[in-house]
Amino acid sequence: MFDYQFLIEVLVGGLLSGVMYSLVAIGFVVIYKTSGVLNFAQGAMLLFAALTFVSLVERGVALPLALLATLAIMVALGVAVERTVLRPLVNQPPITLFMATLGLSYVIEGAAQLLWGTQVHGLDIGISDVPLDIVGVFISRFDLFAAAVAGSLVALFALFFRTTRTGLSFRAVADDPFAALAVGLRLPRVWAIVWTVAGIVALVAGLLWGARLGVQFSLSLVVLKALPVLVLGGFDSIAGAIVGGLLIGAIEKLAEVYVGPLVGGGIEAWAGYVVALVFLLVRPSGLFGQKLVERV
Amino acid sequence: MDATSNPRQTLPVIDRILIGIGAVITFGVIPLAGSDYLMDAVLTPFLALALAAAGLNVLTGYAGQVSLGSAAFLAVGAYAAYNLHLRLPELPLLLDLVLAGLVAAAIGIVFGLPSLRLRGFYLAVSTLAAQFFVQWALTKFGWFSNDNPSGVIDAPALTIAGYSFTSAAGRYLFSLAVVTVATILTLLLLQSQTGRNFIAVRDHEIAAKVIGVPLLRTKLLAFGVSSFLIGVAGVLWAFAYLRTVEPAGFNLDRSFQILFIIIIGGLASLRGAFLGAAFIVVFPLILSRLGAALLGGVFDSGVLEMSQRIVIGALIIAFLIAEPRGLIALWDRFRAASAAWTGLRKTFPATDTSRS
Repeated sequence: MFDYQFLIEVLVGGLLSGVMYSLVAIGFVVIYKTSGVLNFAQGAMLLFAALTFVSLVERGVALPLALLATLAIMVALGVAVERTVLRPLVNQPPITLFMATLGLSYVIEGAAQLLWGTQVHGLDIGISDVPLDIVGVFISRFDLFAAAVAGSLVALFALFFRTTRTGLSFRAVADDPFAALAVGLRLPRVWAIVWTVAGIVALVAGLLWGARLGVQFSLSLVVLKALPVLVLGGFDSIAGAIVGGLLIGAIEKLAEVYVGPLVGGGIEAWAGYVVALVFLLVRPSGLFGQKLVERV
Repeated sequence: MDATSNPRQTLPVIDRILIGIGAVITFGVIPLAGSDYLMDAVLTPFLALALAAAGLNVLTGYAGQVSLGSAAFLAVGAYAAYNLHLRLPELPLLLDLVLAGLVAAAIGIVFGLPSLRLRGFYLAVSTLAAQFFVQWALTKFGWFSNDNPSGVIDAPALTIAGYSFTSAAGRYLFSLAVVTVATILTLLLLQSQTGRNFIAVRDHEIAAKVIGVPLLRTKLLAFGVSSFLIGVAGVLWAFAYLRTVEPAGFNLDRSFQILFIIIIGGLASLRGAFLGAAFIVVFPLILSRLGAALLGGVFDSGVLEMSQRIVIGALIIAFLIAEPRGLIALWDRFRAASAAWTGLRKTFPATDTSRS
């Protein structure tokens, strides 16, 4: 007799943990969309934000104040990255920029731990993790909260991109950077804002992931979970990041529970990658990614 | 350009003399007079990393396919050689070495298959699959490590045709010989039509296809050759340098380290791989001495590790901005300037002509 209730529970758990992946992936998409850079340092930024917040709180700074201070620091980081890394590398091939963000992730990880130490910090954001019983299926309250946060974040972004002038300029730059330059948009400013936005996403994701795993170095490794999500959803689609996150989350959990025992378990580390790879062989630009037309 | 820029031309006399002196020093003077520390902790890891970087350079620098999974192929090489030696003890060690490289090449070709459909970032991310899958498989299946609970393997004694190479000097000489042969073969390959096909695919895939470069074969060959070299480097890493290795030693950081070597040393340059590897090996030693001398007790191992990360990361960014062709470009410029100054040679190819 197949246990359907267990299947649903695994599925829901997978979908909700997928939301957490989406949160990280959105930070990538925002930057990729507007500057064509795959920002490997997103995980390091996540670690940096969470570590800064927790360390401030532990030093007795009031919560709202710590949040504001961390936000300010992330803004400063975004501007600094634009000045020191992006501006000198303008017009370089995307892969060069990617390697630069690899270097950047080393710098940020090192700096974060040099500043705040390497010990594990607990982070309590006041959500009890007592499972909720919905018609017999147990669902983690914390996961629901994370899903709500991710949902509102996406809604906020949609609103921001559609209705504000800055959002409009983002879309213009994403569409055609040269045309955007020609009509007088200041690319460096747009990039600085984009990196700031990615920093804020990193803060939100960092707090949620930090509350789940504890704030420590391994937090920066969640990028590795987000990458197959990006590959699946397409690097330049926020909707793709959400759908991809849900898919990868669900598949990972289902694979771990139903396929894992056959091969000895622990396949979560690569199941997402294999799924993304197989999918890519069929659709090379992901679910929602733009198809590239290459000219000779 | 004059005749000296043709790589097929015989080398100038002065270069031949320099190579001769270099061979005498590396094969003769160092093993006789060098300290065990120098050979054990500096030169042997340098040789293994340089070979791995040369392998990655074939794939990334010459054929233009970015890989983030190099450490996986190091691991495949190491574990394949271990198992060959364990299960087929009648095979000579050198044959194990070559076979291990071939096993790594086969795995590399499998993980290179996505490159036929994917480009750029999508491909880079897909190579991570190799990284995670191999590490998982080596930890999970006891067969690979002869049922060691944590996947640790102990390298056998290096014995070739009755001669033992287990001393520090022996392991250094063994690595040096392997790396020298592998480098010369790679150099010949890169100067052949195949090497030019690699570059054509890197510079413009569609244009390469139009002029008749077989994309499928060229890309898979690049993955195969690259993984072969990295696999052999893995054998050196495990058998000659560490001698006891575990799967966790071949993690993503190791992959990045090899990528950083070719960025710092210079993409599409075998000499760059060696310069970069020398830098990556020597730099932490210098930093720890310097830190201890300047800051004293504050500079503990944790601080050292973090500042190492920061400096390496900053260097990567600095090189990409200021000199994307890496240390080798600086070196060539220095040599050109010193040659012009001493008047030894009127012309010198200041730039690596193989890179556009």
